[in-house]
Amino acid sequence: MGIVTAISLWFIPVLIAVILLYGTYKQVPTYESFVEGGKEGIKIAVSIIPFLVGMLVAISVFRASGALEYFMGFLKPTLEAVGVPPEIAPLAIIRPISGTAALGMTSDLMAQHGPDSYIGRLAATLQGSTDTTFYVLTVYFGAVGIKKMGDALKVGLLADLVGIIAAIVVVTIVFGY
Amino acid sequence: MVNIIWVCLTVIGILFAMVNGTMSEVNEAIFSGAKEAVTLCIGLISILVFWLGMMKIAEEAGLLNKLSNLFKPIITRLFPEIPHNHPAMGYILSNMMANMFGLGNAATPLGIKAMEEMKKINGGKSEASRSMITFLAINTSSITLIPTTVIAIRMNYNSASPTDIVGPTLIATICSSIGAILIDRFFYYRRSRKG
Repeated sequence: MGIVTAISLWFIPVLIAVILLYGTYKQVPTYESFVEGGKEGIKIAVSIIPFLVGMLVAISVFRASGALEYFMGFLKPTLEAVGVPPEIAPLAIIRPISGTAALGMTSDLMAQHGPDSYIGRLAATLQGSTDTTFYVLTVYFGAVGIKKMGDALKVGLLADLVGIIAAIVVVTIVFGY
Repeated sequence: MVNIIWVCLTVIGILFAMVNGTMSEVNEAIFSGAKEAVTLCIGLISILVFWLGMMKIAEEAGLLNKLSNLFKPIITRLFPEIPHNHPAMGYILSNMMANMFGLGNAATPLGIKAMEEMKKINGGKSEASRSMITFLAINTSSITLIPTTVIAIRMNYNSASPTDIVGPTLIATICSSIGAILIDRFFYYRRSRKG
């Protein structure tokens, strides 16, 4: 485990050093290139603001009104039928929609059931193995101006479902119920 | 599609608040949601500027090309639409690497750059291309080697061994990525059969 932690600690600084040294070796005007690339970063960050504001306001309204909770009530029996424990069902539903809400729920589940319980471990695995599909979709497609997303949302959400099922199966096998 | 989802989320929320008596919460949510979005984007500026700056150097030095040459066999199979030696390959790979190491912050700018390059390949159309959907599918199922945030939370709650979920997370994430790729392929073949 120590090796993995060390890698994640060293990765970025070493990567930066390698890029800078290699760039110098290849006679790239490093500082000028850095500034050039950085300018693009500002453009992108500013251009995604409207996309995120629109999406986050819609999601916040949906959540604050109680509608999310209501619809979760409908989805819960379906998820439970597939084998999702009732405590985990809300997290499984919210994970693709809101990253911050999911993170809050994960901490809450750990506080309630303990981090080393079945539920706690399952929540942790779920949180770590899937991503906020709506956020990724909004930011990536928003930044480059994609209006027709095709099958992207369907594919993303179905992949999340696979991830949820995989997390449940793996945690049950590794740690037992 | 986005339009419908967006309107539905907002309008259903508002209608719900009328019945549910949660109007004041909704009022608050409108402004807090907007504020959260802007805070997020402002927070992204620093990372975007730094990483895109670094990646520009890497690109000009030919590092991105080297990286994509290394993993070419896998990537060309996943993204058959992208020409060999196209800069998109390098960005896709660096994005995947950043995701694997749990560097979500570094992954976002690289992913956006990858999308930009893929849009160029697609003739600048505002429609998602096949490779974009594949890339998105892989991204949302995110292959993670070290789920840093989760480990931090587990430490907070005094877990006996905060990192013991690393293995299961890795297996689950590999399953979901394989699932994502298969689902993506399924939808692609369904689309191409339709015409």
